[in-house]
Amino acid sequence: MSDSLAVSVAGLHHAYSERKALDGIDFGVLAGEAFGLLGPNGGGKTTLFRLLSTLLPVQTGKVTLSGLDVATKAQDVRQIIGVTFQSPSLDGKLTVWENLQHQAHLYGLYGVQSKTRIRELMDRLGLSDRGKDLAGSLSGGLKRRVEVAKSLLHHPQILLLDEPSTGLDPGGRRDLWEYLTRLRQDEGTTILVTTHLMEEAERCDRLGILNQGRMIALGTPDELRSSVGGDCLTIQTPNPEGLAELIAVRFQLRPQRIGESLRIEKSLGHELLRDIVAAFPGEITAISLARPTLEDVFIARTGHRFWEAEQP
Amino acid sequence: MCLLPEPDIGFGKLNSRECDGMSERDMSNTRGSSELIGQMKRAGTERKPSPVLAVYSLAKRELVRFFRQRTRIVGALGQPIIFWILFGAGLQGSFRGPAGISYQEYFFPGVAVMIVMFTAIFSTISIIEDRREGFLQGVLVAPISRTAIVLGKVLGGTILAVLQAVLFLALGPAIAWIGLAPTISTGLTWSNLPVVIGYLALVGFALTSLGYLIAWPMDSTHGFHAIMSIFLMPMWLLSGSFFPAPDSGWLAWVIRMNPLTYGTSGLRRLVTPNLDAVAELPSLPLSLAVTIGSAVLYLSLAIWMTGRQTTHNAR
Repeated sequence: MSDSLAVSVAGLHHAYSERKALDGIDFGVLAGEAFGLLGPNGGGKTTLFRLLSTLLPVQTGKVTLSGLDVATKAQDVRQIIGVTFQSPSLDGKLTVWENLQHQAHLYGLYGVQSKTRIRELMDRLGLSDRGKDLAGSLSGGLKRRVEVAKSLLHHPQILLLDEPSTGLDPGGRRDLWEYLTRLRQDEGTTILVTTHLMEEAERCDRLGILNQGRMIALGTPDELRSSVGGDCLTIQTPNPEGLAELIAVRFQLRPQRIGESLRIEKSLGHELLRDIVAAFPGEITAISLARPTLEDVFIARTGHRFWEAEQP
Repeated sequence: MCLLPEPDIGFGKLNSRECDGMSERDMSNTRGSSELIGQMKRAGTERKPSPVLAVYSLAKRELVRFFRQRTRIVGALGQPIIFWILFGAGLQGSFRGPAGISYQEYFFPGVAVMIVMFTAIFSTISIIEDRREGFLQGVLVAPISRTAIVLGKVLGGTILAVLQAVLFLALGPAIAWIGLAPTISTGLTWSNLPVVIGYLALVGFALTSLGYLIAWPMDSTHGFHAIMSIFLMPMWLLSGSFFPAPDSGWLAWVIRMNPLTYGTSGLRRLVTPNLDAVAELPSLPLSLAVTIGSAVLYLSLAIWMTGRQTTHNAR
């Protein structure tokens, strides 16, 4: 089992002076898998990402990538990972080509070999006619593509991407994911991505949801959604406190109060919807029924909305 | 066999599938073959990272960036030349230099040291920008030794410093032709040029390492400017570059304790044709020893700082 683990994290704690950023994280990523770390900003994603990419020292716990311990074999780990940072790590004063060539040199590629590889990646990422442009003059989407090309030059076994969709429009996001999917199929690259976008999380084979330094859910997107159970009813009301009480008494249910609205998880939600509307017509401004989303998973596990959990 | 990994790392589901036998095996087969292809492709391009290549690339980047930012050339070369002309014109009447040399002639090697210092400052201040813009992160996760990262930056800065200082030493006396300075005799000749370049490189290496050391922990360029005015400029002023050391008193002591004094003295000895004018200065071997010693110290500290995995370094 452990042979096919591309990433293994066990008992990981991390604190910045007093503040706990990670509080006991355990998970693993299979070789060739696309794994998403979903969570609000401030939930611990970036800390975890920096630990995985060897930028931060491991304080407590163990992190291995392809069996290599980041605490003792950082240099070997660096050779097998490709890292795409949230803020592009490009030199704006250099051209796209020079940026890629510089990166190739850092990984020991030079001469014809590096030229061939750079051309190959520029072709695949649609950058062929941008070689002579200064990186600083590119749009956000193009910068991101150069960034991805940069991280792939040395054929990494594991690709780590921190919020790769930052600054990308929906089209750019789709292109990026199409490319990542192809990369997995062609080269068996393991992909680990952090994101706060549900849509992006849906594209992963498995997800870990991080909140306040803890992994509050782990599984495939389908598993996570079905763990919520049934349908999700969301009720907008001017009087959430009172209505929750009424529903509790009448239907023996305990609605969750989320801000100014109420939320109920239940199978056969359409019947409950009908009954609630019939019973309290004056109390409801809006009511909606939906299949559970990943956000519902987050709400179910934490009791608050995704963005409410965001810490400055 | 169905073994749960220890500690449980969240594969409950996958393990139970493994127990069924079929689906998981199919999965691992496809994965196995694509992994194999990946490995084959990797084998085609995989090269051991080379420290020499990394240092070359990092240093080259410094040069490319420098020549793309014209204002930096003006800043590093223009200001010292203006200083030389203006201070030279203003102080030549009151200056009583060793062995009666003119102020312009005395100040000449001092300006070369100033050029080296300014270039060192400008090329290391970019560390702060590299960190802010995210470029540095990309370098730090690359499989290269931290020594290579420091050497790349420092060598890049050193080359720029030497280029400009030699240019000044060679062409500076020509300013006399346009009447802005008196004719000076310089000891720079074709035969001692390699030695002068070597010595300037040593001073440049020391000062760029020092700049690296100061810039590395900083978050903003403002901080660096503050250090520049209260530490680096006085260090230059009190190195015998601007005025000669008095025979005694606190000032004499400060100058004697300043490692850059020996950088300046060494250069003075190499490019001053009037040997009486440098007779009082520290000897060339001593100058060389102190400059090498300080360079080694600054460089070691810089490498040590870069190697530490800290929250600051991760930014």
